[in-house]
Amino acid sequence: MRPFTYERASSIEAAAKVAASNSQAKFIAGGTNLLDLMKLEIETPAHLIDVNDLGLDKIEATSEGGLRIGALVRNTDLAADETVRRDYGLLSRALVAGASGQLRNKATTAGNLLQRTRCPYFYDTNQPCNKRQPGSGCSAIGGFSRQHAVIGTSDACIATHPSDMAVALRTLDATIESVKGDGSRRSIPIADLHRLPGDTPEIETVLEPGEFITAVLLPRPLGGKHIYRKVRDRASYAFALVSVGAVIQPDGTGRVAVGGIAHKPWRVEAADTELPNGARATSRVLLADARSTGQNRFKIDLVERTLGAVIAAAKG
Amino acid sequence: MQFDTPATTNPIDRLKVIGRPIPRIDGQLKTTGRAMYAYEWHDSNVRCAYGYPLGAAIAKGRIKSMDISAAKKAPGVLAVVTALDAGKRKKGKYNTANLFGGDEVQHYHQAIAVVVAETFEQARAASVLIKVAYTEEKGSFDLKAAMDTAVKPESEQPDSAVGDFEGAFRAAPVVLDETYTTPDQSHSMMEPHASIAAWDGDELTVWTSSQMIDWWRSDLATTLDMDKEKIHLMSPFIGGGFGGKLFLRADAVLAAFGARAAKRPVKVALPRPFLVNNTTHRPATLQRIRIGAERNGKITAIAHESGSGDLPGGGPETAVMQTRLLYAGANRMTAMLLATLDLPEGNAMRAPGEAPGLMALEIAIDEIAERVGIDPVQFRIINDTQVDPEKPERPFSHRDLIGCLKLGAERFGWEGQGRPGSRREGSWLIGTGVAAAFRNNLVMPSGAKVRLDGEGVVTVETDMTDIGTGSYTIIAQTAAEMMGVTIDRVSVHLGDSRFPVSAGSGGQFGANSATSGVYAACVKLREAITQKLGFNSDDVVFENGEVRSGNRSLPLAEAVGPHGLVGEDTMKWGDLSKTHQQSTFGAHFVEVGVDVDTGESRIRRMLAVCAAGRILNPITARSQVIGAMTMGVGAALSEELAVDTRRGYFVNHDLAGYEVPVHADIPHQEVIFMDETDPMSSPMKAKGVGELGLCGVAAAIANAIYNATGVRIRHYPITLDKLIGGLPEVT
Repeated sequence: MRPFTYERASSIEAAAKVAASNSQAKFIAGGTNLLDLMKLEIETPAHLIDVNDLGLDKIEATSEGGLRIGALVRNTDLAADETVRRDYGLLSRALVAGASGQLRNKATTAGNLLQRTRCPYFYDTNQPCNKRQPGSGCSAIGGFSRQHAVIGTSDACIATHPSDMAVALRTLDATIESVKGDGSRRSIPIADLHRLPGDTPEIETVLEPGEFITAVLLPRPLGGKHIYRKVRDRASYAFALVSVGAVIQPDGTGRVAVGGIAHKPWRVEAADTELPNGARATSRVLLADARSTGQNRFKIDLVERTLGAVIAAAKG
Repeated sequence: MQFDTPATTNPIDRLKVIGRPIPRIDGQLKTTGRAMYAYEWHDSNVRCAYGYPLGAAIAKGRIKSMDISAAKKAPGVLAVVTALDAGKRKKGKYNTANLFGGDEVQHYHQAIAVVVAETFEQARAASVLIKVAYTEEKGSFDLKAAMDTAVKPESEQPDSAVGDFEGAFRAAPVVLDETYTTPDQSHSMMEPHASIAAWDGDELTVWTSSQMIDWWRSDLATTLDMDKEKIHLMSPFIGGGFGGKLFLRADAVLAAFGARAAKRPVKVALPRPFLVNNTTHRPATLQRIRIGAERNGKITAIAHESGSGDLPGGGPETAVMQTRLLYAGANRMTAMLLATLDLPEGNAMRAPGEAPGLMALEIAIDEIAERVGIDPVQFRIINDTQVDPEKPERPFSHRDLIGCLKLGAERFGWEGQGRPGSRREGSWLIGTGVAAAFRNNLVMPSGAKVRLDGEGVVTVETDMTDIGTGSYTIIAQTAAEMMGVTIDRVSVHLGDSRFPVSAGSGGQFGANSATSGVYAACVKLREAITQKLGFNSDDVVFENGEVRSGNRSLPLAEAVGPHGLVGEDTMKWGDLSKTHQQSTFGAHFVEVGVDVDTGESRIRRMLAVCAAGRILNPITARSQVIGAMTMGVGAALSEELAVDTRRGYFVNHDLAGYEVPVHADIPHQEVIFMDETDPMSSPMKAKGVGELGLCGVAAAIANAIYNATGVRIRHYPITLDKLIGGLPEVT
């Protein structure tokens, strides 16, 4: 870990301003991912802006009938929130499927969205990695890639986004609220927040330098059955091989997003309309351009099988 | 004392303390944080600096140059010692790869420098500033490919052949010929390797985490090129080892070099990724098993061949050994091949040989039993042997595999096993599986010193280690039983090179050997007391804190006098293990559920029945077995070091990537110990149990998954990607 300076931000605008003016600055909230990366010198910020005391830890009803989740709401609190459990069960289930109790106590809503990939080559600074060191190459391609992405990949990167929560938010069509360095505010649909790797896998979101997430907005509740099915090698404390988040209505219509297969939570709206036609039809659209490394070929089958289980569970 | 005739009745048989379920006597120290582990020694007059290791960034080659100028100037840095500074060292007897020194890189993350600084963070940050130039060489990293040039290992375990295997196999009406693979595995113990080194002139004190004090001390002396007598090594508490701490490791060497350079005591802990690529691992195996059987289930031919790889100078994973002893059959052969690999050093991990060997053999037995059409429990009973099948004149000292299988079947409700793929609850396919457990009972010379003081307190000193197994407790029980006192009158001191050399902890020989050493020392002490009192040694009794002979009796404290008395001895072993095959036996029964859609396998219940001689303490023994069963779940379902065959290292080198079981993976576990003794094994009549508990577990799970799904997987770990192709299509 390199030495860094530290400040506790006094306001949202001040935090964004400092961050925008200092390319070496990073926000720190729960720190559950950033600190690990700093210890390994994968992240080397010279300045940390602590945003824990900005009053962004509330969950409030919106006038549109939805929910505004403060960026600093801890994963544990969000999962346990009564309204979330009642109206957005998918989100609660996805949260508790992730990490461990201790990590969820620290991890925040915005931090969860912005966590970085768990590709083992990204984590080993002796190995080439385009995400860590642009232009150095991708070690995972042709290497150990059982956990890696099967869709939306590029020749530069086949990493996945590891979040469970983000899969739920993508299914629910959440919106991200942010403040830029110049103090202006904007809303970003979750669909647009994360980028595919392309030629610049080091750029993971559309956030501008210094841009600060203040809240996540959920639209009105969708009703229906909320199912989050996470598939993994051990029963707990493991990243998803594949996860399926779905909201399915009594008539069989609904929406679905998939985790563990792409650089972002994967949803194809056209696939949603196939849900009444079953798992095969839906996953055919969802994974239309899937490309495996061989080692992760099973994920393509696994998406369909897991989706089948989810659709069956919704009927049950 | 030499143990060369079977044990007769002795004071241990009183079973007033031995065999009792006594909670571990060091438990409170551990739960209150007062048990000091290697990295935690805080002597008020020892101000430690922190050492942080740098590992090689390539798998094979030479270091051309190292630029340490930036690291040396970094804040807080006291010293930087590189492999080039240290120069090529003599290697310890038990090490295959060099631990430190010289320009040769033999494997990824081999230690090439240590940075010493005032704080841990400063040392770690400075280590990144070292610039290293390498000349990379092509290495051999792919076991399958390397098998083409594999050779017969030069080891003490030659190939074996009895009768005419090929002929009998050809003639057998039912045959099996299958290939099985087991992956590289990591010990992944909780406590990483850690050492503190402090120099006083030319004398060195090391606090470390070692299973084998004397081996470490000798090899450290060799590596540092110094007199062994000038090293004082201590390892009183150890946070798990599983074989990963049998042999001297780089942390101790780096701490010694760092301390000498910084002129300060230095502590070094290996970072978690180093546990995988810097230390040792259980090597992967490719195994071929052929079995021929009669229609009545009798094995007529059995062959087991295994290939594994290691660095030049290393040895094979002896995965075929149990097949020489476990089942009857007149015609048999085993063979091993060793390939050269430039991966990190392969070496012992809990039940080396038997653990991966049984992972294969006990699937094969399940398969041949099915082909013959006989229940797998019954098939194993039919093929039991009470003698060494290669040397029928050599009986087992005591063997109750049949008892384990029968009792296990009864308690587990085995008769309910249906045909494969026939049982379903909701989305779960349910199956049951069984496997035999087998592990040889090894013994090692073991010394101890026992002192009885004027207060009547018995103090035991031995360099035996407690790696979480319960050594403190069973040694206290042994001394209490022998001296006729309650356990609270016994104080046990372990893991210090100033104490008599013991068996150490490994190969499940620790408990039986070390308590036998304490037994021998207690016999000496009893003799000294008897002699001092002029008692008749034929009728002297140590009981209830007194020594008694005829109608004379005396409290022990009074008997030894104000200065106390000492007994010291080493238990040595005669030929009983040659005339009689000494092994431990068990049966594992498992029920699994496999998700019909996703192929996720989850264990529902587990039962182990163990026949391992006298159980010295059913609590600590049970803990050993349930821990081993848990390790077996990992071996079956998730544990695999992923080899990058281009770059030559294990990629998933942390606990996020190398998945050991978590609480949610472990269901109800039941352990039953057969009530038995083995007088051939030692005066304790005990045998090892810590490794037995692992042997066969993974195969029982594999067999249960087959029973649940009808899909036979012969390549571990049995992850869902290997299963889903054979599961019913989604609806």
